[in-house]
Amino acid sequence: MNFTLFVTALLTGVGFVAVVTILATLLSPRSFNPQKEEPYECGIPTRGRSWMQFRVGYYLFAILFLMFDVETMFLFPWAVVMRSLGPAGLFSVLFFLFILILGLAYAWRKGALKWH
Amino acid sequence: MFDFSVISQWLHTLLLSFLPEWATILVESVIVALVIITLYAVFAIVLIYMERKICGFFQCRLGPNRVGKWGLLQVFADVFKMLQKEIIKMRQTDRFLHDLAPFFVVTASMVTFACLPWNKGGHMIDFNIGIFFILAVSSVSVVGILLAGWGSNSKYPIIGAMRSGAQIISYELSIGLTMLTVICLTGTMQISEIVQQQSELGWNIFRGHLPMVIAFIIYLIAGNAECNRGPFDLPEAESELTAGYHTEYSGMHFGYFYLAEYLNLFISAGIATTVFLGGWAPLHISGLDGFNGVMDAVPGIVWFLGKTFFVVFLLMWERWTLPRLRIDNILTLEWKYLMPISMLNLVLMALLVAYGLYF
Repeated sequence: MNFTLFVTALLTGVGFVAVVTILATLLSPRSFNPQKEEPYECGIPTRGRSWMQFRVGYYLFAILFLMFDVETMFLFPWAVVMRSLGPAGLFSVLFFLFILILGLAYAWRKGALKWH
Repeated sequence: MFDFSVISQWLHTLLLSFLPEWATILVESVIVALVIITLYAVFAIVLIYMERKICGFFQCRLGPNRVGKWGLLQVFADVFKMLQKEIIKMRQTDRFLHDLAPFFVVTASMVTFACLPWNKGGHMIDFNIGIFFILAVSSVSVVGILLAGWGSNSKYPIIGAMRSGAQIISYELSIGLTMLTVICLTGTMQISEIVQQQSELGWNIFRGHLPMVIAFIIYLIAGNAECNRGPFDLPEAESELTAGYHTEYSGMHFGYFYLAEYLNLFISAGIATTVFLGGWAPLHISGLDGFNGVMDAVPGIVWFLGKTFFVVFLLMWERWTLPRLRIDNILTLEWKYLMPISMLNLVLMALLVAYGLYF
């Protein structure tokens, strides 16, 4: 039943956007003007392409995110059974967390967290 | 406490009595879809009105007050105006990606919306991996934002989208870690069970005392950043980027982003309510039986909405009080403060759980 509902919600979202877009297209007026199709840039014609090279900082944070997100994902099964594991479960996962924090400290020390 | 599953069970048996099973499921799915759309639209309207009024009062203005009594019809007027506006087709855009972006944003928020527990037995999607599912689905909206920026092929949108990407994925970590803190305490990820547990044993924020309060505060900060709001609204910073990643969207296409932003605000408040403030569970003080009896008489949905709108108010307060941060400030706040703190907080919580030091 849950999967049915999940698919229902998914289709509702897609259908909502599709139907309302069609409705808006039918309702809205239309006018043609070559200036209207220009990309917005404070009133002057835009120069060059916008699909260009980007600052490496964003990429660096994305890589760091990938690492930490995957590692926190591993912690979910542990967190669910934490209560039944007791102190032993805590101390065994402390090593894992220690490595995680070490990774953060390394990135920090290397200056990966600094916005150049 | 009234159990909503009585109604859904009754409807299920009623439909089964004269329909085959596949048709029953189909009819039920259509009902659920209609409920989702109705609630989605209603809450969008309520939240936009609330935000404009609250923002007005915070800035010593009146807010909307011309259309209808106290400006109540203002949002309806805006919606109809937006529907009538032309959806402009730009020349240089990647049309496919540009038109695809709203689907991602709206669908992600709608699926997350369907996960909220409204009342006892009154939830739609209830996986046993509930919280994990919510985290997974809600982060899909960042794909929509990146597509919107990239597909527009214009300079402001792409800067906004990149900022938004960096910011949302960074704050995703804090949200994941605070959720881990909660799961440590509850021992389950299923939303309905988490709330059920809280209705019996007390709200999580009281049960888990110190680490839970820290987690709640971190969640409030990160939740605002997840919705691109508040002091973290620099993906759409109007004074520097015009409108950020949705600059090139017009008419209803822009409306979807607007809608999803407000619903995401409601959803983060709803999740905070569910995992920290007890969802539909009434406030109980042990020993005061009369007080508890009175609290039990209030329906669960009133509790849920009351608490959620309280958290929404907190998030709006945060938004309209603090000035906007710079991108490096935002990333520093997350990576150097919130994430280490929430990691230590997780260890503290695990320590308390391991030695049974919670209520």
